[in-house]
Amino acid sequence: MADHSEIDTVSGTATTGHAWDGIKELNTPLPRWWLITFYITIVWAIAYWIVYPAWPLISSNTKGLLGYSSRAEVAVELANLEKIRGEKMAALATASLADIEKDPALLALARARGKTVFGDNCAPCHGTGATGAKGFPNLNDDDWLWGGTLDQIEQTIRYGARSGNAKAHEGQMLAFGKDGMLKPPEIVNVANYVRSLSGLPTRQGYDAAAGAKIFAENCAACHGDNAKGNPELGAPNLTDKIWLYGSDEATVIETITNGRGGVMPAWEGRLDPATIKAMAVYVHSLGGGK
Amino acid sequence: MSFWQRHQVIEKNSIILVIGILLVIAIGGLVEITPLFYLKSTIEVVDGVRPYTPLELAGRNIYVREGCYLCHSQMIRPLRDEVERYGHFSLAAESMYDHPFQWGSKRTGPDLARVGAKYSDDWHVTHLTNPRAIVPQSVMPGYPFLKETELNASNIADHLKTLRAVGVPYTDDQIANAEADLKAQVDPDGAGSEALTKRYPKAVVRNFDGKPGAPTEMDALIAYLQMLGTLVDFKLYNEKANLR
Repeated sequence: MADHSEIDTVSGTATTGHAWDGIKELNTPLPRWWLITFYITIVWAIAYWIVYPAWPLISSNTKGLLGYSSRAEVAVELANLEKIRGEKMAALATASLADIEKDPALLALARARGKTVFGDNCAPCHGTGATGAKGFPNLNDDDWLWGGTLDQIEQTIRYGARSGNAKAHEGQMLAFGKDGMLKPPEIVNVANYVRSLSGLPTRQGYDAAAGAKIFAENCAACHGDNAKGNPELGAPNLTDKIWLYGSDEATVIETITNGRGGVMPAWEGRLDPATIKAMAVYVHSLGGGK
Repeated sequence: MSFWQRHQVIEKNSIILVIGILLVIAIGGLVEITPLFYLKSTIEVVDGVRPYTPLELAGRNIYVREGCYLCHSQMIRPLRDEVERYGHFSLAAESMYDHPFQWGSKRTGPDLARVGAKYSDDWHVTHLTNPRAIVPQSVMPGYPFLKETELNASNIADHLKTLRAVGVPYTDDQIANAEADLKAQVDPDGAGSEALTKRYPKAVVRNFDGKPGAPTEMDALIAYLQMLGTLVDFKLYNEKANLR
């Protein structure tokens, strides 16, 4: 190879000896630092093969001297996390909700933990500030579909509402119009009557007495004679000016016609019991806890 | 002839060079790809993972059609913060019937590998129609046309057949009943739901979009989203046997 090399007279650099159509190629080797780095990476790769899992074999693969496993590593990290969270988190798992409320340190931990987990799991429906949206309850007020005590909130989070879980809250707002239990004029009357319960203006010429009668016959069973609701059935209080789906006449008529039945997923299984407790404490602390 | 002179043959003959390059790349491919097909450790042995129901599959096709994968991954990596946020890390077995898979690392939106059963159907309908109606800070586009568009169910059996050709174990029974199963999954009061859950264990039968009538694209997409990551029961999963 070196046979034909010579020093180029113009640049003073050696040529490789390659010539194409009389044009000769200069030999400008790669910088030494670059070459050395390159060789180091090759050695590094071989070392990597030896210490880490690398080569596939017939029925398994080389495990490497370190015995590294990403899945084992994450298990260790999670165990360490438990340790960092320490006794307090363990105490949270065993303490009753009432005890947590009494112990300031536990209470602070529960609220902090609840707030963190709320962000990813609850905020999509109930909003970052837990203010809710149409069909998704506001958690800051003191109006509770399924009850606002600590135990009731925990129950709701754990099993959900109409979630398919065996212990979930059940109970539906029936589709009085769609299923033919009430006729459209009757629905208008009862819708206006319901609006009047929380002081909203009513349509001129609606029959208040008929509305009250329809309410007593059809609605009072769940919402109560005084329309104050029933948390056992998830029947909302209709007198408190808080409306989950909207208070305008058209929406109320739509609710009575087609029924409602919002779903809250069950969090048991997805979140551990201590976290669910923390969540209950956090939600309870948002302003409306009973 | 020295080694360098022999090498000139390759350098000066482009066809030989191309063949040489192909050969080298093929060796790399053989070493890196073929073992994945025969090594038993590639895919964990787990209970519960089944092929998609026809409705879920139609929803998956919509997911791919709308490019959901451009912003959402379906792969929870074995890292502490991901497991803390999304749940158990994804298993290879959970996407073994995915063609193509929906893994990825670009997350403009959250990972969806375990979004199934996390939110209500109502939430999905509202959110897919207009994400900002419910998550004000969201940058996701709205897909309001999904609930207005009737699902094209007529070719679903062909989709199942195609997937069988690439190794998804759909049975003749499943292919023959594909269109009926697709419609049965949105009709909890219908006659077909029992046969459907027999063919596809753990299939959820619900009117996903809340509207009566023929299945819409919204039904299909929500059916797909609501089953993601729900098939494996991690209480029965052997963590130790599947360390990788």
